[in-house]
Amino acid sequence: MTVRLEVDGRALECAEELTVLAALLCAGVTVLRRSPGGEPRGPLCGMGTCLECRVTIDGQPHRRACLTPVREGLRVTTGA
Amino acid sequence: MAVVGAGPAGLAAACRAAEAGARVLLLDEQPAPGGQVWRGAAAAPRSAQGWLQRLARSGAGRLAGATVFDAEPGRLVAEQGGERVTLRAAQVVVATGARELFLPFPGWTLPGVIGAGAAQALLKQGAPFAGRRVVVSGSGPLLLVAAAQLARAGARVVTIAEQARPGRLARFAVGLWRQPGKLAEGLTARVAAWRARYRPGTWVAAAHGGACVEAVTLSDGRRTWTEACDLLCCGYGLVPNVELARLLGCETGAHSVLVDERQRTTVAGVLAAGEPTGVAGVEQALVTGQIAGLAAAGREPEPGLLRARAAGRRFAARLAWAFALRDELRALPQPDTIVCRCEDVRWRALPAGGCLRAIKLETRAGMGACQGRVCGSALAFLRGAAPDHTRPPLVPVPLGLLLEEETP
Repeated sequence: MTVRLEVDGRALECAEELTVLAALLCAGVTVLRRSPGGEPRGPLCGMGTCLECRVTIDGQPHRRACLTPVREGLRVTTGA
Repeated sequence: MAVVGAGPAGLAAACRAAEAGARVLLLDEQPAPGGQVWRGAAAAPRSAQGWLQRLARSGAGRLAGATVFDAEPGRLVAEQGGERVTLRAAQVVVATGARELFLPFPGWTLPGVIGAGAAQALLKQGAPFAGRRVVVSGSGPLLLVAAAQLARAGARVVTIAEQARPGRLARFAVGLWRQPGKLAEGLTARVAAWRARYRPGTWVAAAHGGACVEAVTLSDGRRTWTEACDLLCCGYGLVPNVELARLLGCETGAHSVLVDERQRTTVAGVLAAGEPTGVAGVEQALVTGQIAGLAAAGREPEPGLLRARAAGRRFAARLAWAFALRDELRALPQPDTIVCRCEDVRWRALPAGGCLRAIKLETRAGMGACQGRVCGSALAFLRGAAPDHTRPPLVPVPLGLLLEEETP
């Protein structure tokens, strides 16, 4: 089964058992946010510790993409 | 009774306590139980399946996707899907597991530089690694396992750089005949990653690239050379997650929560099990979890469990000796190397000496979203910096949740 997400305004389809982080990586999104100094950052720990993968999910900021399962209609905004 | 963390230690604690008649609630921030090591129950080993089935039969309640962000003995406050959940529990078992130790080096903040355990976690989440050219580096038995899983997923692992001294590794490997299971696991992993060169006594000195990592500089202390890769998986072993225990007021030793013979901490009504009481792996987590669960339910552990724990501690000590981090790693950060990734604090900005509290106040290092879980652990190794006090919230939560009225 697949689910549809919206990532930065772009439609994306992925397997339903993925996390948001895995779905983003599958879609080729490797830069998830900018550091205070403007450097591109991708995920580091993959297990909820480093918060490098924090994105906005359905309007809620600072959600950890690696801890969030995908579901139909989820809206993700990167680059926060 | 509440058990925080549904990895092997938490599962074992919840099962034993619930089977002994205690009312148990098992909390975890992951959507599914199993912790990092057994993440994705479908692919988990048979022992994991057994514990998960046992949990389902035990009558213990579960709260998935819940992150504890505040606590005091008898009371836990968690965030679940943006909502605040307050729990009262006469006994709390802290089974919060461990995280990877990341050490700063030039280029470690580039996208495409992740942990070794991170690679495993991402694989289990469904991330694609097929066709990637990978260098695995850092330290510990996890490197080999990560390399094997990456190879099976279609990645091309070119080098496994293990910083440990070759002589110690050899002695450790010889001693493994006493743990045939662990030996077999290691050999299986080595066979799966057979195309990779395993280089003991080698570490990554720098990562290079523009928008993503493109190459790494490796060193063995005598010479340095460059290896092309588009993924660097670098982790220096595990650090116990002791933040919740500290917040509850438990005394901690150099790296782990202090516990007595029954896994009781220095705070009444608070027990700890698994990696927070000393990094020792899955089997030890199951053993200490059972002892803690039984103790919380007022039961005595079987003598076999106490013997197994003693053996587990001996194994952990051998592991720590074999994979002890070398001094050269302390010289890797350059003046402009970022140490605190959340706040972009560079190595040259750090005051000489000082505890993490002083460093934090002067530079903001450790004040960001991860609350020093990455840079604090690194600075503890690099500078011997003493940890700062732990304060709520343990993880960033919406301000509204902090201010919300208590709803018992």
